[in-house]
Amino acid sequence: MTTLTLVHLYPREMNIYGDTGNVLVLRKRLQWRGIEAVVVPINVGDELPADVDIVLGGGGQDAAQGDIGADFVRRAGTLRAMADDGVVMLTICGTYQMLGHEFLTKDGHRIVGTGVLDLVTRGSDHRLIGNNHVDTEWGRMVGFENHSGLTELGTGVRPLGTAAAGRGNNGTDQTEGAVRDNVFGTYLHGPVLAKSPEFADELLRRALARRGMSGDLEPLDDRLAMAAAAVAVGRPR
Amino acid sequence: MDLLAIWLGKLTLVALRILGRRGTALPGLVVEKVFPRFLARKLSALAQGVVVITGTNGKTTTTKMVSAILAQQYRVLTNDTGGNFVRGTITAVVQHSDWRGRTAADVAVFELDEAHAVRFCQVYQPERLLLLNVLRDQLDRFGEIDMTAQLLAKVAAKTTQHVVVNRDDPRLTALATDLSAKVDYFGVAPQLREFFPTDEEMYGGTITLSELPAVAELLDLELGVATDLTLRIGAGTEEITLRAEGAHNAQNAAAAAALALTFGLGPAVIAEGLRNVEPAFGRGQSFEIEGRRVVLQLVKNPAGFRQSLRTVDGLRPAATVIAINDDYADGRDMSWLWDVEFTSALGSTINTPGPPRLVNAPAPPAKAGWLVTSGTRAADMAVRLQYDEIAVGLVQPDLAVAVREATFHVKPSDTVVVFSTYTAMWELHRVLERITAV
Ligand SMILES: [Zn+2]
Repeated sequence: MTTLTLVHLYPREMNIYGDTGNVLVLRKRLQWRGIEAVVVPINVGDELPADVDIVLGGGGQDAAQGDIGADFVRRAGTLRAMADDGVVMLTICGTYQMLGHEFLTKDGHRIVGTGVLDLVTRGSDHRLIGNNHVDTEWGRMVGFENHSGLTELGTGVRPLGTAAAGRGNNGTDQTEGAVRDNVFGTYLHGPVLAKSPEFADELLRRALARRGMSGDLEPLDDRLAMAAAAVAVGRPR
Repeated sequence: MDLLAIWLGKLTLVALRILGRRGTALPGLVVEKVFPRFLARKLSALAQGVVVITGTNGKTTTTKMVSAILAQQYRVLTNDTGGNFVRGTITAVVQHSDWRGRTAADVAVFELDEAHAVRFCQVYQPERLLLLNVLRDQLDRFGEIDMTAQLLAKVAAKTTQHVVVNRDDPRLTALATDLSAKVDYFGVAPQLREFFPTDEEMYGGTITLSELPAVAELLDLELGVATDLTLRIGAGTEEITLRAEGAHNAQNAAAAAALALTFGLGPAVIAEGLRNVEPAFGRGQSFEIEGRRVVLQLVKNPAGFRQSLRTVDGLRPAATVIAINDDYADGRDMSWLWDVEFTSALGSTINTPGPPRLVNAPAPPAKAGWLVTSGTRAADMAVRLQYDEIAVGLVQPDLAVAVREATFHVKPSDTVVVFSTYTAMWELHRVLERITAV
């Protein structure tokens, strides 16, 4: 029996708006199928485990982003190699931004990113806040967006989906999130996986397939999650 | 001029009443527009000045506590009608004044949220300030927790005499240095610190114990049907039974006591005031329905929810309702439910492989009894519990139906606990008043 290794990046600093819930959702969905998983928290200075299956990272305070920025960049080469190797990554908001080339702050500072994803983010004066639902190839994903950074995608990534209700990456082109290989970035908090079980299973299938294991996952009763998603879609922004 | 302002405010209140509307902002708004200096002039005339109480959690209860303590010595003016805004404070002044323009008050005690406290200070610099905590709350409104702390720093800098600070919240103690006002602290004893986590501690940080001396300290706490606490107040130690359930109310009592000490009141007087405090709206209020006790606990954010969940230990409910709305006043974002850990608080269910089933749940959670989720986000709440492997007996968005189902599911003399967000709490009050009136 294989055990999957989930890495949770900076759980203390990058955990805002329920993003830590994504870790719980994946862990439980594996456990309910009888698949073991270990979660390895990675804080500033910690070494990444050798054989990582899934990397998860959430949003955080701007201040925290500055504190951990250097640590993030130190790992840039490793993270890029992992992405090339097909490691599954789900990154939200602040961590999503750090996967890009750079973040240009409002007052003109340039924070270097890790370059895992071909995108850049610019700080702005107002926040894009509210319920959002996004049409993706894994169905409609619902969550809550809350960010002031505006992200522009380069040619090396494609959008995760189209923002059907909220503002998405930058409030202008209706794109939301980014995908490259098995690396996903999104502004959907919530946590996004709680009410998007199909997408959660897609991440697990990819991680298992990379291990040479069958991607067939025993179906779970997700009626509650789908009901919650349907309610969320109908709520005001 | 102030007479005209009071008349204007009172006439607006009368007009609202004739229209059958409740409202504390409009009279304040009208007076503010026509007489912008009214509030500052009126407040300057108060012999004992103004107390501002702010922070993320516990404002309403602490304001009630401070007012009850001070009311033993002074005539207290407070914005206890839920008008948690600068305009609400103007309305409070208008309501406390007679038609001849006289304001019968010695001291004002105002509950203000962080942003409104800043705006209030631009109108009037308060004599005293009580800073309770900075936690994640409706972040969609303020953006970020550090920004909230910055707002509080501005308020502290404007306070003229006394700033009373929670020594166990490092974000607050950091901003309490270098103030012109005198700083005092309240706190909880080291062995109780785990009951009152800071924002960092809630997210896996280790508990840090403050070395700062507290003028009022919560020494001991026993949770049950009532909340029994031992409080050191200045040089004295007092045993107090609070009428409102919940550990958080005990911490609020320490805060209120520390603030009351700045008025020179003695420990016995302060303790007596605390004993008399009725629970604030939805903060441990209870209703009786045909022998069953229904206890209401307002939940607004992860820290408050975690603390409120502890009441389950003392109350041992036969049924529990969790009502989650997502109206503007509740916060639209549901993600905060994922920052609360439910398994240890509610008691796990007997685990069968796979997610807990909704229908024919194998067993209700050990401590919470039969579990019902309700409110607009009833399904969201049920999903959250599903991932903590807690069996939900019923998902019923309709609050009235959910409360009836839970109440009549249990035997007479049993207890039902309802955890509820703000707007759901208003509706619950209407529902319960209707049921109890029959
Ligand atoms: Zn965000």
